Amino acid sequence: MKNIFKNLFSKKNLSRTISFLMVTLAYILIEVMMNTVGMSRLFKSLLVPTCCYIILALSLNLVVGISGELSLGHAGFMAIGAFTAVIVSGLTLTTVTNDILRLIISVAAGSIVAGIFGFIISVPVLKLSGDYLAIVTLAFGQIIKSLITNIYLGIDSKGLQMSFVTNTLNLEGGKMLLSGPMGATDTAKISNFTSGFVMILITLFVIYSMINSKYGRAIMSARDNRIAAESIGISITRTKTLAFVVSSILAGMAGALYALNYSTLQPAKFDFNTSILALVYVVFGGLGNINGTIISTTILYILPELLRSLQDYRMLIYAIVLIVVMQLTNSAKVKNYLEKLNKKFFRKGAAE
Amino acid sequence: MNPVLEVKNLGIDFGGLTAVNNLDMEIYPNEIVGLIGPNGAGKTTVFNMLTKVYNPTRGQMYLDGTDIEKMNTVEVNKAGVARTFQNIRLFSKLSVIDNVKVGMNNHFEYSLFDMIFHTRKRNENERLIEEKALDLLKIFNLHELKDVEASALPYGAQRRLEIARALATNPKVLLLDEPAAGMNPQETEDLMNTIRFVRDQFNIAILLIEHDMSLVMNICERIYVLNYGTLLAKGSPDDIKNDEKVVKAYLGD
Repeated sequence: MKNIFKNLFSKKNLSRTISFLMVTLAYILIEVMMNTVGMSRLFKSLLVPTCCYIILALSLNLVVGISGELSLGHAGFMAIGAFTAVIVSGLTLTTVTNDILRLIISVAAGSIVAGIFGFIISVPVLKLSGDYLAIVTLAFGQIIKSLITNIYLGIDSKGLQMSFVTNTLNLEGGKMLLSGPMGATDTAKISNFTSGFVMILITLFVIYSMINSKYGRAIMSARDNRIAAESIGISITRTKTLAFVVSSILAGMAGALYALNYSTLQPAKFDFNTSILALVYVVFGGLGNINGTIISTTILYILPELLRSLQDYRMLIYAIVLIVVMQLTNSAKVKNYLEKLNKKFFRKGAAE
Repeated sequence: MNPVLEVKNLGIDFGGLTAVNNLDMEIYPNEIVGLIGPNGAGKTTVFNMLTKVYNPTRGQMYLDGTDIEKMNTVEVNKAGVARTFQNIRLFSKLSVIDNVKVGMNNHFEYSLFDMIFHTRKRNENERLIEEKALDLLKIFNLHELKDVEASALPYGAQRRLEIARALATNPKVLLLDEPAAGMNPQETEDLMNTIRFVRDQFNIAILLIEHDMSLVMNICERIYVLNYGTLLAKGSPDDIKNDEKVVKAYLGD
């Protein structure tokens, strides 16, 4: 028992333990709050999206922080996950009546399809590196959004029907699953805060399992030094593809969770801005830093919403906060100070 | 006895410049061989060709009789050639032990499924990897620094870690590019003993580039001398020391 405890808080596992503790405590705290003192509607409405963005940012961190490649099209994979989940959920509405089971099926489908797209896109993308790679991912993100904006998909007694660019569907009864730029309408809302919490746990579990495995070490070695990694028999393309695909799967999961929280969802939601937002969360939290990503996403997602009362000034304040924090975290003086604090704290801990 | 590494008529041109030409070399099992020569003679270029960082323009390369000329860097390592770098290339953000562990990736197999579900196969393999990595670190006296980030290591320790990482890939031939560069005499002395120990312990052949003549003359059984990309001389340390051409071109009077 004492050994397990020691192991959990060893230098190697500390970050992982903190992640799971932090997320679980936050969940319990919010659940207790909701069931006792209550919570404003605004705050409640932010819970699931916050979970989604945490998963999205964590998945992006896998590519940007851990694999070391800049991706600017991550919202595209989120979109694929989102609309796949909406379609699957719509198709199974009558056959799978248990909401939880339908949620699991839809999210799994969204993740898998996003993963498949991630693999297909990784083939041309990972031939490149650096700025070029970033620009190509940006393009793919835009392509995915545009594609979904032009798909009309409906189901009726004759089965699935689809048209492209213009809506030529003539449904007899039945219903539309995707209506072009209008996206998905009339989706059954089946995701909730608890499912979001569980999915964050799954994401954390996947990422930490990866980091502490031969696969994760290969990915990080390819990031730190390509030539040296090849010289010890690590295939760069294979490891980068793995990181990219796992990241797409997780982004798809974030999208699926997001989509099933709203009754309507437009493809325009997953534009370039969303990709950049996720990147901001990752950079703000520190590249490769998982706990940092969780905290920064929570703060940066909720902050603009809380500042809503300030109307026009809110984006200004948001921008100023961003600039100040980025400056501070990159200043050597502040870093030294934090390090000193850290040492003080840990020395105390060791003396006890 | 057949050579473990054999190079015939090896050469490379960069544009109009011939960097290495007509190089013949044989390394026999369990041998420590030196590759010396003035700066710019093409020593590191030879290493880069042997590990397929560069594609040779001419010539053949065989490892244990297998043609490695058509392989890429990854395949050459899998076939059994490992190296270190003149300008140290560690995985700077990884811990010391992870630098060594990643070298063993091709020797311990478990699937992504094993990874996610932490199966017994994964745990067993990870335990073996950890054990073997620690053994290697002990040889290089790095085990007490195992959790330190590689970039935080002092210079000499970084050089030793690179050798440990190369050894983790279980090579037949180890290429060391200036292993003693930047080390003080005591560190160099220790390094010599370690290199000998590694050769005996792992039963491998070692080819090393070095400017520290005391080290080269002390531990190398045979020496190749390169000058302007061509072979100037080869032989035992005593032959080389007394070779007029070598003295004139490199060693000095």
